[in-house]
Amino acid sequence: MKRIVIHEEYCIGCHLCEIHCLVQHSSSRDIIKAYRLERSHLMPRVLVEESGPISFALQCRQCEEPACIEACISGAMHRDERTGAVICDESKCVGCWMCIMVCPAGAIRQNLLGTRIASKCDLCYGADVPACVAHCPNEALTYEEVGEGR
Amino acid sequence: MSMRIVIIGNSATAVGAVESIRQYDQAAEVMIISEEPHMIYSRPLLSHYLAGEIERPRLAYRGADFYVKHHVAAVLEDRVTAIEPDAHRVHTASGAEYAYDKLLIATGGQPIVPPTPGQEAEGVFTMTRLLDAERLLTYLRTHTVRRAVVVGGGMIGMKVTDALVKRGLEVTMVELAPLILSAALDQTASQMLSGLLRQAGVEIHTGNSVSEIGARGGHVAEVALKDGRTLPCDTVIFGVGVRPNVELARQAGLRVNRGIVVDEYMRTSAVDVYAAGDVAEAYDLVVDMNRTVAIWPNAYRQGMIAGAHMVGVLRPDKGGVAMNTVEAMGVPAMSIGYGNAPEGEYEVVTELDAPRHVYRRLVVKENRLVGAILVGQIERAGIYTGLIRHRIDISEHRRNLLSGHLSLLSLPDQYRKHVVRGVGIEV
Ligand SMILES: Cc1cc2nc3c(=O)[nH]c(=O)nc-3n(C[C@H](O)[C@H](O)[C@H](O)COP(=O)(O)OP(=O)(O)OC[C@H]3O[C@@H](n4cnc5c(N)ncnc54)[C@H](O)[C@@H]3O)c2cc1C
Repeated sequence: MKRIVIHEEYCIGCHLCEIHCLVQHSSSRDIIKAYRLERSHLMPRVLVEESGPISFALQCRQCEEPACIEACISGAMHRDERTGAVICDESKCVGCWMCIMVCPAGAIRQNLLGTRIASKCDLCYGADVPACVAHCPNEALTYEEVGEGR
Repeated sequence: MSMRIVIIGNSATAVGAVESIRQYDQAAEVMIISEEPHMIYSRPLLSHYLAGEIERPRLAYRGADFYVKHHVAAVLEDRVTAIEPDAHRVHTASGAEYAYDKLLIATGGQPIVPPTPGQEAEGVFTMTRLLDAERLLTYLRTHTVRRAVVVGGGMIGMKVTDALVKRGLEVTMVELAPLILSAALDQTASQMLSGLLRQAGVEIHTGNSVSEIGARGGHVAEVALKDGRTLPCDTVIFGVGVRPNVELARQAGLRVNRGIVVDEYMRTSAVDVYAAGDVAEAYDLVVDMNRTVAIWPNAYRQGMIAGAHMVGVLRPDKGGVAMNTVEAMGVPAMSIGYGNAPEGEYEVVTELDAPRHVYRRLVVKENRLVGAILVGQIERAGIYTGLIRHRIDISEHRRNLLSGHLSLLSLPDQYRKHVVRGVGIEV
């Protein structure tokens, strides 16, 4: 399975990943329309961690033993059969925040903008390359086949 | 001949077990026996169903094809009445008999109902099974119900109260302890949540209990409280908590305390018999001893560990962490590990912003986080849970972490690398 690899040393803290993540998950997939019309219920599923000069973009780490799947009470959090990615089925999520309580990376957020749902990276479901990786100007995020025992 | 696995129970633990068995083994025959007639559903979602937030189909925790996809023979609506560990056999109420090579007891818990005169009146309910929720919903539809008394101010009582308020009922909560949610929260957090409930019109009587239920025409009409007060009401719901279903195990001669005693692979004292989930007394890494903790994540995880071991895969349990989330009037609260540990023996760091309903209480022992209580702001709480679960020494980053500045950049390097890579953590 391919995973997003974070290269902290190349991150310039530009937040373009967040913008393109939001656009990718909008229904228009158009940056202007997404920000003008859909912003009210969208939030990025990637988060730039910053402290002084250090920064990196963080999204779901696709854990080998995902604590979020164990803790999910609705069955929304699951491993996609086709891609193997850990995904939240937003039509099942009830917003109980059990997953937020157990994600060791803090990579799941509350989306309270529409119906309450846990919001997380879905590796841009079906895409060859996730939007945050594709739009990173400095290759601080790459999409790679990473084996066991990385 | 392939191995035959029998699982008693059809809930979180059973699902964890089946999914892990099939991760490693396609050949074993797996059978689930459950007393309840339903497909796998989520017990915790019952309060959301009761509140009217979700329709019944959404209670399904896994798809309707779960048994077929995982090659599981499901025997529903039959109760196991006896286990014969020597003969490797179980008996059911319908008279059937099933042989096993490995047995998993995943029978969960029973609602605790303090014996109360008048409890047989119509309109008295418990709330742990789908059948309970359906009965209560039917009662609400067919009778005029305005006022409800919820017995129990713990997690279940709280969830039921929140649900009934959302349905528009006037709710009174009666709790024996001096504070609600006292098993999970400290005084400040508990009082914040009681305050929120009261704002929503909930009456709360702590340090009190229902001494008698009075009926009119066979239906609940009032309750008498220990302190002498009488409260008129149309329904009474017991949400006191659960007691592990250990009778089968006890009769079979297994080692049982409050729950069935298990080791790090969920093995009981009987050969080839495992127990996991609410019924098991497994290792809790925060209190450093075995105990029963009735929460979904533990049930699922313990089921996985048992399932793996049954098919020869060793995934020793590193222990569970007690935790839960509740909500009062839209304000979320979490309790993780030993969040309400007493000051003095433990180092306690708190921050309160009462007007915004935000509170944080972190508990540290020997430079390791052992508990957290969060009210209002719960973003990225799992970072705390990870630190507790992996017993990470936080001395380097104390200030950031304890001030609530939750960022991976505040984690010790070695641990951060493991988290970022998403691999199993060995630190
Ligand atoms: C209202 C409510 C809200 C909750 N909310 C949360 C929450 O938000 N977060 C959380 O982590 N936890 C929550 N819980 C707790 C959670 O539901 C349990 O921890 C979890 O269901 C335990 O799973 P289990 O498989 O061990 O047992 P159970 O879910 O109790 O299932 C036991 C199974 O065994 C079967 N069974 C029992 N005896 C027999 C027998 N003799 N023969 C055949 N079958 C038998 C039953 O039919 C059932 O299928 C809540 C519980 C309730 C009641």
